[in-house]
This record gives sequence, C-alpha cells and structure tokens, in this order.
Amino acid sequence: MPQAPLFLIAHIAGRAVAIESGQVESVVDIGAVVPVPGADRQVLGLAALRSRVVTVIDTHAALGLPPAEVAATRAVITQVEGHHYAIMVDSLEDVAPFDLAPLSPGIVLDPGWRATGCGIVEREGEPILAIDLRALVPGLAAIAA
Amino acid sequence: MDDLLQEFIAETRETLEALSGEIVAWEASPDDRDRLDAIFRFVHTVKGSCGFLDLPRLARLSHAAEDVLAAVRSGERIPDTRLVNAVLAIVDRIGEIVEAIDAGAPLDDSGEDLLIAALEEGAAVTAQAPATIALRSPTRSVRLNVDLLDRMMSGMSDMVLARNELARRLRDDGADPTVEAALERLSLTVAEMRDTVTRTRMQKIDALFSALPRMVRDTAAELGKSVTLHIDGSDVELDREMIEMMRDPLVHIVRNAIDHGIEAPAERRALGKRENGRLTVAARQSGNQIIIEIADDGRGIDTERLIAKVAGSGRRSDKDLRALSEKGKLDLVFEPGLSTKDTVSAISGRGVGMDVVRANVEQIGGRIELSNAPGKGLRLAIHVPLTLSIIATIGVGVGDQRFAISRQAIEEIVRVGGDAIRVDMLGDTPAATVRDRRMPLVDLGALLGVHERGRAAAMLVILSVPGGSFALAVDSVLDHEELVIKPAAPAVMATGVYAGQTLPDSGLPMLLLDCAGLATVAGLQFGREIILDEAPEEAAAPEVSALLFDDLDGARRLVPLSIIDRIEPVAADAIRLSGGRLRLSVDGRIIPLAVQGTWEGRQAISVLRLRDGEAEIGYAIAEALDIVTLPETMVPPREAGPVAGVVSIDGEQVEVLDLHWLFATHGAEIGGEAPPLCLINGAETAWMKTFLKPVLEGAGYRVATRLKAGETAAVVLTMDEGAPPAHGHVPVVRLRRERGGGEAGGSIYRYDRDGLLAALARTAGGR
Repeated sequence: MPQAPLFLIAHIAGRAVAIESGQVESVVDIGAVVPVPGADRQVLGLAALRSRVVTVIDTHAALGLPPAEVAATRAVITQVEGHHYAIMVDSLEDVAPFDLAPLSPGIVLDPGWRATGCGIVEREGEPILAIDLRALVPGLAAIAA
Repeated sequence: MDDLLQEFIAETRETLEALSGEIVAWEASPDDRDRLDAIFRFVHTVKGSCGFLDLPRLARLSHAAEDVLAAVRSGERIPDTRLVNAVLAIVDRIGEIVEAIDAGAPLDDSGEDLLIAALEEGAAVTAQAPATIALRSPTRSVRLNVDLLDRMMSGMSDMVLARNELARRLRDDGADPTVEAALERLSLTVAEMRDTVTRTRMQKIDALFSALPRMVRDTAAELGKSVTLHIDGSDVELDREMIEMMRDPLVHIVRNAIDHGIEAPAERRALGKRENGRLTVAARQSGNQIIIEIADDGRGIDTERLIAKVAGSGRRSDKDLRALSEKGKLDLVFEPGLSTKDTVSAISGRGVGMDVVRANVEQIGGRIELSNAPGKGLRLAIHVPLTLSIIATIGVGVGDQRFAISRQAIEEIVRVGGDAIRVDMLGDTPAATVRDRRMPLVDLGALLGVHERGRAAAMLVILSVPGGSFALAVDSVLDHEELVIKPAAPAVMATGVYAGQTLPDSGLPMLLLDCAGLATVAGLQFGREIILDEAPEEAAAPEVSALLFDDLDGARRLVPLSIIDRIEPVAADAIRLSGGRLRLSVDGRIIPLAVQGTWEGRQAISVLRLRDGEAEIGYAIAEALDIVTLPETMVPPREAGPVAGVVSIDGEQVEVLDLHWLFATHGAEIGGEAPPLCLINGAETAWMKTFLKPVLEGAGYRVATRLKAGETAAVVLTMDEGAPPAHGHVPVVRLRRERGGGEAGGSIYRYDRDGLLAALARTAGGR
C-alpha cells in the first residue's frame, strides 16, 4: 500500500487548509516587502529570501477576500514555472499524512475559493479543504482542473 | 592520469577555440609576428603535454608543425599560402584527435604522413583539408551541473549580504580599527570572489563568436565565395547555458547565409554589388532580451520560389500559400524538410533545416524574426530572453522606492531648473525642454501610482527608445551598480514596465525598468506629429526616386520610380503593330506600348510597365541602369512630347519622361474620362504635395504643381498667405494653418479633410 501523501495544515483568512507537501518548498518568515507598483492586487511585492527574490502573494486578495486585519508574516514558498512565490498564511500547524478525497457532491465553494480548492482531507473527523497553491498565483496560463 | 588527460583535452579545446580567430588573421597577414607566436605557443604546448601524456600521434604532428613555425620565426622560411594551409591542416587534425580521445572513438591515422609531408619546403603535395567535420562533444570538459553553479551564486550573494550586515553592526558599535581593517580585507576578497563566481555562470558572447571567423572562411572557401565578416557586441554577457544552446543554431544560420544568401563573386559583380559578400553578426541587449542579429547582403529570400517549393511538396495548396501575408510567406522558411537550394551541398541542404533552428531557439524561450529585402539581403534576428545577465544600471528613486534603469538606454541625466532645462504643461501633457530639445515627459512616480500626478520633477533621466527619446521624471538619482538581472514572475512582468528583478547589496529586491515599456504604458507615440508641432513643415519634400535607363534610341532617360509597376524582359515577338498602334501581349492581356527608337532586330528588350492607378501602358527600353534621386531643377523642353524636361545627373544631361503625355497619348483609349486636374500652387507646394496629393488622388483628382501646355486646371488649391498667382477664371480653394472656424474667411483649415474635399467638389463642380 502506498504511503498517504503528506499535507501541511495552515490557516488562511481564518480557515484551516491543507497544502500538499510536494508544493511546499519551505516555510519562512517574510521580512521587508518591496511593492511592485502597477502589478495586480494579489502581488504584495518582492521579498528577499536569502539570496533569492520571491514574489509575495497576498492570499486574501488572491481569494477575493477583504484585506487581513493583521498583516501576516509567515509564508509558504512554492515554485511555479521556475519562479518562486511566497504565499502568505496566517499560521501553520503541522505536517501529517492524509488521504485526499474529492469534494463531497453538492458542496459548492465560494467563488474565491473555488479555483484553489481541490479536495478534502479529514483530520480526526474534521474536514479540511485541500488547496492548490498554483491557483493563487496570478498571471499564469490557465491551470488544468 | 585520467584527470590530467581531461585537463589536457579541455585546455586544448579552449585554446583551439580562441586560436581560430588568430589563425584566420595570420592567414590574411602571414608576416604578423604576434599571430605567428600565438600559434607557435599552441603547438608547442600540445607537443609538451603529449610527451608527458604519451600521445605519440599528437606529438608527431605538433612537433612537425613546431619545427616549421620555428623556421618561420627565425626567418629561414617564408610563410606562403601553402605553408599556412599545411599548418592549418595540422591544427585541424590536432583538434580532431583531441575530440576522438575524449569520445573514446578510434580515428584513422592515414593521411597524417601526408599532412606532415606537406609542411616540407617545396612539397608538391597539397595537404587535403580533412573531410570529417570535427566531432564536438556536446558538453564542455568541466562538467558542472547548472544547479550547482546557481547554488554557488546564491551562496555568494548570501555572503555579501552577511558581510553588509556585519559591516553595519560594526559601524553602529564603533569597532576598533584593527577589526575594521580585517573587515575591509574580507570585503575585498568577497567582492573579488563574487566577480569570479558570477563569471562561472556568465560568459561573454565572444565565446560564441570567436569560432565564426574561421568557420566563415572555411565555408566561403569551400563554396568559392568571398565573404567579409563583421562581428559586433562581443562583450555582451550571456548565461553559459544559453551560449551552449545557441551554438548550433548560429552555426547553421551563418552557413545558410553564405551558402544560400551570398551570391558567387561573378554573380555579385553582374548585379553591381561588391564582390565580397558582407556578413554581420552582432549581439546587443535590449530590454529583457538579448538580440543576436545575422545580416547578409546576399539575394534574400525569394518568396515565390519558397511557395513553389512548399506547394511542390504537396503539404499545402498553392492557393492557400498565396493567400498568406508577406510575413507568413517568409515564415515558410521554417517549414520542415525544406531547402530552397536545388542542389545539395556539403554545407547546407542536408535536410536539417531552419525548422530545427527555430525549434532550438524556441526551446530556450527565444524567437526568430526575419526581415527580407529580396535581392539586397536578409537580416535574421534571434531574440533570446534574458534569463540571467549582468547589466550596468543606474538606480533612481521615486517616493521611497528604488528602481534600476539600464545604462545603455540613458542618454543623459539632468537636474530641473534654470533656462536650459524646463518642464512645462502643454494642455494637460507635460513636456520637457532640455536645452534645445523638446520631448515628452513621463512622471515615473505618477505612472506607477507611487505619488500624485503633477508633482514638480526634480531630476530628468533622458531615455532613448526605438523611435525617439523621452524624459523620465524621478525624485533622485542614486548610484551606478552592476547588477545580476533575473526575470521576474509573470504577474510582475504583466505590468509591462519592468524588465527583470535583482537583489542588490542592500538586501532589498529591486526592479529593472523597461524603458520602451514605460513609453508604451505612458501612451507615448513616436514618429507622429504630436511631439513637435512644427515637425511636419520641417520635413523636406520627399525625394523622388527615378529609374535611369538606356532607351531604345540610345538616349539615357529617367522615369519616376513610383509609377513603375514592374520591369519585365519580353520577347521581341510579343510586340505587334496592330490596330494602328504598337501593342504588347503580356500576361494574356494586350497593353499599349510606347517606344522611342527601334525595337526590331533586338534579341530581348525590357518593358517598363507603367500604371497611373487605372490605365497601364508599356514602355520599351534597352536596359535599366540605376536608381537615382530626381533633381529638383528641370529644364523644360521646347514643346510637349514624351520628354517632360532635362535634368543633370552627375553632370550628364538626362531626359525625364513625361508621364502625363505618355498616358494622355497612349493610355487614353483604356482610361476612362480624364479626372479633373487640381493645381497646387502658391506657397508651400512641398507640404501640399506631400500631404494632400494622396488625399486628392484618392478622391479622384489628378494633381499637378504646374500646368502643362494646353491644360486647364479644374480647381486651384493654395495656401492662404501670400497672394496666389492669378489663374484666370479657374476657381481657387484656399487653405489656412489655423484650426477651427469652418470656412470662415473663405479658407479651410488644412487638416480638415472632409471640409477640404467638399469645398473642392463644390468649386470644381466635379465629383
């Protein structure tokens, strides 16, 4: 029997979400963010991660939610099409293996979450929405469902 | 031992590559001592290493070459062509053997004795250039994973940041001088290290270009052509990975240019071109791209033949192909398995076509652009994305943000103030005047939304972009830095104003501005009249080009180029005297033919097919000579006829054909009713001719600036100022410069197209 995939449990906009560990390169604290004038609202700016420049994504904006009251500082680093992105998260919990189940029939997500939600994992009876980080990154070619 | 061998192979390859340019130079001037020394050093080094590594064949070859070169150095022998060729053959052979050793493949040693024998003084045998093309293994000798290099580079940057942090803290704490001295030393080492490490990833494009002189020489010699190579922009630095990927496409394109593009010397002579074909290879950085241009002055691409080839292969129908745009037709070059060359040569036409080249370039995210001038040459531009590059930049600040601008794009940097440099509002559009130049102004802060519009500019950075220049207003100009630029994420690039991102020593990411992008986003338009209001007037009347030809009666005549539809050779029997006049059968039609002189008895004649928009007539000539600029002053003839006047071309009197007379006499039966004649007169005829003539002709008028004998104008068009010359009872339409006011005062604003045409129609009673 193959090992169940690992998921990172995080909180975004007050909700628990599960991120497949394959998408997560590292988890970091983001320091100074240099804004990118003219870019989409989802692009919070650029940040230096050691010697690398990452594009910081405002998760609230990407999900179409109102801005967070307290600015987040933690971020999940993911690499999409050769570029590194820092996806801001409120907080991080743990990493554990889960089985990914499809969204239960009949459940329709809010427009903001719909693109990113890709299934459900169940933690001790509590269903958690699994998300695809790539869907939060603006400016990419359409991602196949 | 293996390590030593690998090192030897790597070193020999490197030297060979660097040497190839020297060899060609030596061939051109065998007396050049420096070149000779370089080649001597090479064979000497090879010989030395060979003895040590036990490579007897290489040792024998290099030893023989060294002996001969030593003799040349001491003046015992004269470096003639034969000797040079023999030495080159040896150098080539050394390269082949080295590649064979690396590949572990056996290499036949026959012929090596001949190569050595050819070095002998007075040797009768000419060394045969080796037929095999050296096997080049795809990797360089030091095999390093690109990831490793990248890790090395990021580690280096981390080190720089850590050093900066340390320096800041020490400064804050007031460190003692000995610690500071140590830090200073550390800083120096770090800076040097960084430079070295960066160079491991980056390479001057020279690495790609240095092999070209030799290759061009060999290819041209093989094809019996003569080609002069110009290389420009060898300093541009490129990702090593990219350089390796570009190698094969570039070689292919250059070979193609020599084989297909540049004509054989005899053909070039016949075409009036210089016998030496000219091939230019240039690299430059532009925005977030590196552009490598390969231009030749050969025959260009014959799209007709291209279409025939593709249609002949049966992949696409002739009809589809003809429906393509000019660019689409040109792009047929990239169809797989296509060779426009009818014969297969060793150089190209081997089934590896431009499709492979394009695929290779696209694989690294690049694209190829063609600009074709049939008969004049082909320019091929490879655009490669800037994955990684070092660019000299100037930092600018707006608000509390910093941006970098490529120094290449900067013309100058000026501070606003004083009379020489001012910023004014023209309506709501800011404009900068820098000394005597007026140019559009873009406020960077406002454009990016960093601050409100209309803030007073402090500094102006004058940027040159394709088509013009503009001033970029910034708050401050910071320092000059060499930065490693990497591409930014798509969401950032989507703004259109950035060319890439970088991490300077401050540790804060910074964006590189794309100057052309800024101009576009700001809505600047160059090449239009909006920038300088007086520009159109200043534009001189366009020069009229004319074809110089030998007529059938032996006279040398001129005809304006714009009227010529095409020049065609025709068989003499296509001309017949029928229905009371000369006619020419062509393309299944019959057109009237004008002739001055005799055409009977000539083998072949050329026919100028002239078209006035409606009617077409042919004009038989003996030979087309040249294209010249029609002089402004023309001496009129004594009476109306086929000659409109006489001009002086290089001191020679040349008659200019009277197109009007020709069409009136020969084209009348075809053309419909003669269009009303609009006479342009008075001041500024040059402007009117340039600007109004097409408009008027489009509206069905014939336009002239002077009346021919027996002509009457239907209407006279003139500028308001100055008393217009009298034209009898011919109605006059006046134009004025000032905008607005309809037909006030009996004149019309000169850019009011509709009003103008309406007035003409009314006055001329015409259409």
